[in-house]
Amino acid sequence: MTYRKADVSSLRILRKARDRIDRDYREEIAIAALAGDAGYSREHFIRAFRAAYGDTPGRYRTRRRVERAQELLRSANLTVTEICHLVGFTSLGTFSSRFSELTGMSPTRYRAEAAARGGPAPIPGCFALMWQTGLPDHASSAAANGQDRTSGEARDPAGGVPSGA
Amino acid sequence: MINGIDIVSVWVLDQDSAKEFYTEKLGFELTTDIKLDNGMRWLTVQPPGNTGQHFLLMDPAHSMLDEQTAATVRGLVAKGALSPGVMATSDCRGDYEELVKRGVEFTQPPAERPYGVEAILRDDSGNWFSFTERKQWAS
Repeated sequence: MTYRKADVSSLRILRKARDRIDRDYREEIAIAALAGDAGYSREHFIRAFRAAYGDTPGRYRTRRRVERAQELLRSANLTVTEICHLVGFTSLGTFSSRFSELTGMSPTRYRAEAAARGGPAPIPGCFALMWQTGLPDHASSAAANGQDRTSGEARDPAGGVPSGA
Repeated sequence: MINGIDIVSVWVLDQDSAKEFYTEKLGFELTTDIKLDNGMRWLTVQPPGNTGQHFLLMDPAHSMLDEQTAATVRGLVAKGALSPGVMATSDCRGDYEELVKRGVEFTQPPAERPYGVEAILRDDSGNWFSFTERKQWAS
């Protein structure tokens, strides 16, 4: 893909919005608010974000939360419910189903397998995150097969995780 | 034998702004700022303490890249896709506080990792760095 000069400034703006999602992933910042701060309409923002990062802002936030949950499941002595709330989900059911969509297994099983492997993952968390969100992977294609990836934002005024999360 | 890395190239969107960011915000030392005959501005900085490890802050538009490739690289930098590496610190949490005060953006505050305390820093162009205080690997 080639970028024109004018694209650089809009990509910077989109990146700042994505950085905010990364920083404040626990918070339910409305996508419309992120769009407004970036100077976009909500719909245009979602389209532009998806064009740049391959995923809508709401899905991106979900992936960020699941990635944080994976880290905590591997390393922290917390219950699945505690981790669910800690990363910003309000519903355990939504957390479990999003987690399963993106990782291919439930949080409980993920933790059990991580414990069976023993010790922390050999890859620093930040790199795992950037790879996970920067490249197409099995998780995003699984999500694409499983559901319409934009419908969540379209229904949910909070713009992120539908159905109570 | 290869015995080290002297210069790491970092693509930046604006060399003046990058120079200011790395020297005034991050506290790096300016080591070179000269214009070469071919139009390239050779701009290098290093972390304080004369480490001998330099960052070459390169403008893709005035480099060996063709115009189209330079535009692609600029886009990748701007969208935050590129990471030149890991910055080492002896006090991740303390430096984080200080750098935030100076207006440096972090996408992740300091957190305990198996390999140390790590934060994620953005430079003014969009490059991200792990900002890590290493410790003995705890498994």
